[in-house]
Amino acid sequence: MPRPLLLLLAALAVSIAISAASAHLDPYFLDVAMGVGIAIILAVSLNLVNGHTGQFSLGHAGFMAVGAYLSSAVTLFLGPSLLGADGGGPLGQGLLFAGALACGGACAACAGLLIGLPSLRLKGDYLALVTLGFGEIIRVIFQNVEALGGALGLIGMPPYTTFGWIYGCAALAVYTVACLVNSTYGRGFLATRDDEIAAEAVGLDTTRYKIVAFVTGAFFAGVAGGLFAHFKLAIDPRGFDFTRSIEIVVMVILGGMGRTAGVIAAAILLTLLPEILRPVAEYRMILYSLLLVVLMLLRPQGLFHRGAKGVRP
Amino acid sequence: MTEFLQQLLNGLSLGAIYALIALGYTMVYGVLRFINFAHSDVFMIGAFAGYYLGQRVPAGTLAGGLAVMAGAMVICAVLGMAIERLAYRPLRGAPTLNVLITAIGVSLFLQYTGQLIFGATPRTFPQLFPAARLSIGPLSVSSNQLLVIAVALVLMIALQLIVFRTRIGTAMRAVSLNPNAARLVGVNNDVVISFTFGLGSALAAAGGILYAMNYPSIDPLMGVMPGLKAFVAAILGGIGNIPGAALGGLLLGTVETFVGGSAFSTYKDAIAFAILILILLLRPAGLLGRFVAEKV
Repeated sequence: MPRPLLLLLAALAVSIAISAASAHLDPYFLDVAMGVGIAIILAVSLNLVNGHTGQFSLGHAGFMAVGAYLSSAVTLFLGPSLLGADGGGPLGQGLLFAGALACGGACAACAGLLIGLPSLRLKGDYLALVTLGFGEIIRVIFQNVEALGGALGLIGMPPYTTFGWIYGCAALAVYTVACLVNSTYGRGFLATRDDEIAAEAVGLDTTRYKIVAFVTGAFFAGVAGGLFAHFKLAIDPRGFDFTRSIEIVVMVILGGMGRTAGVIAAAILLTLLPEILRPVAEYRMILYSLLLVVLMLLRPQGLFHRGAKGVRP
Repeated sequence: MTEFLQQLLNGLSLGAIYALIALGYTMVYGVLRFINFAHSDVFMIGAFAGYYLGQRVPAGTLAGGLAVMAGAMVICAVLGMAIERLAYRPLRGAPTLNVLITAIGVSLFLQYTGQLIFGATPRTFPQLFPAARLSIGPLSVSSNQLLVIAVALVLMIALQLIVFRTRIGTAMRAVSLNPNAARLVGVNNDVVISFTFGLGSALAAAGGILYAMNYPSIDPLMGVMPGLKAFVAAILGGIGNIPGAALGGLLLGTVETFVGGSAFSTYKDAIAFAILILILLLRPAGLLGRFVAEKV
């Protein structure tokens, strides 16, 4: 069996084992760890777009919102009739949740395709703005759909998300991104990032690569949104605004754009940071922003970048 | 018909403010080719400078109001130049994305520092200028609205004169056309860029005060939405093009006001982004911009 697949299976087994033992763990620790897991999924999926493919997307929170709303709609509105009167038992609930997550992810991926097709013709800061614009439009739409709670948001989702679900999905996201990028096909992502004109000149369909990256990233953002909704049990449109997208972007930049291990480390660090900084919570965002500026001035290649590896100059 | 004219007037006064902010974006883009995300927060600082200075002058007088506006413009011009010097100049020549990320960082820094210093709760903006309601035929016009349009008009004419009639304006246009060639003929690019930031930030401060007068509640995050929309206005008119920014701002303000008055009023915030996406897809160079082919 190839090594990445073994690692994936090991990670799945470990997360299910920890999940089974979660009743004995400290609830605070568990809560923080689950937040970290969701951040990892978001950061790793955005890394495929921003890091590996070199397209600057600022609308990741929008896809997360699509996933969160759609999967909640499945469990809230379809769930009761699908599970029947007895509640469906653990297996039925698990299947329902998996279906809901897949549905949320698929809808986010469709949104990604819809947004990606026209906007990926643009480059650099224009693309950043268009994705930002789409993210805001998605938020305004959810704010106006009364069936999905309007500005008040949705509440009362069943608490399906467990440690195992989050880290299982995180392992799956890391595995998918790693396999995609390290395959022969996936070298095209890096080529698109490193020199788009040269990549086109040797016959790569760079637009196609960008869209594949965008849709895959959106899918996992949608899954993360679904997990988030069934973890926090309440969502509202304001929770998926521009600031949330920026947070994810910061993780990717801090981790060194395109380094999966670095990005995971940054996701962990930045999610734990507010917990550590709780006594000085009001300075947290100031520190965040200063970090961003100082990083760009002193270490534009990211905090966890170990020098030249592979094709990166 | 009366309602149409009334909405048109509301739209124009909102659009004039967007135009003032958009000018700053477009000028910076002209000389440096990047989006200064922090511009919207300079706008916010301008409004707060007006708030604090406004407490020191007698309320509701024309002279006092103009003095406050001039003061806020100077403060923001200094702030804009400081931001350029500290955050952007060291990155001259770095990849666009790095500069963009830095700009987002500066923007967040100003927002959250603002929340810490000014507090997050919205405040009521003082009445700086004398207020009256005038009736022109069936129309009811507040003097603030007329003032907004008048001040914006004066500032835009002044800007036009600076850019086209002075030495530094000529240098600005030269840098925007070709920075290297400008340096060859003896233009000091750093001075020009610094001046551009100062000028743009001063206009943003004026915009901030005018905005706060018409929507009289200010908070540290107030700049985000008007800033984004003003940027859309800059792109709509053709980024880097000064008359384009003014036209784009007026158009966007008018469209937004009409949508706000229609049955789709809750989608008001989305309309600007829809326009942005349409214009980038159909005519990326903007209404007045010129399309430049990319050289390999």
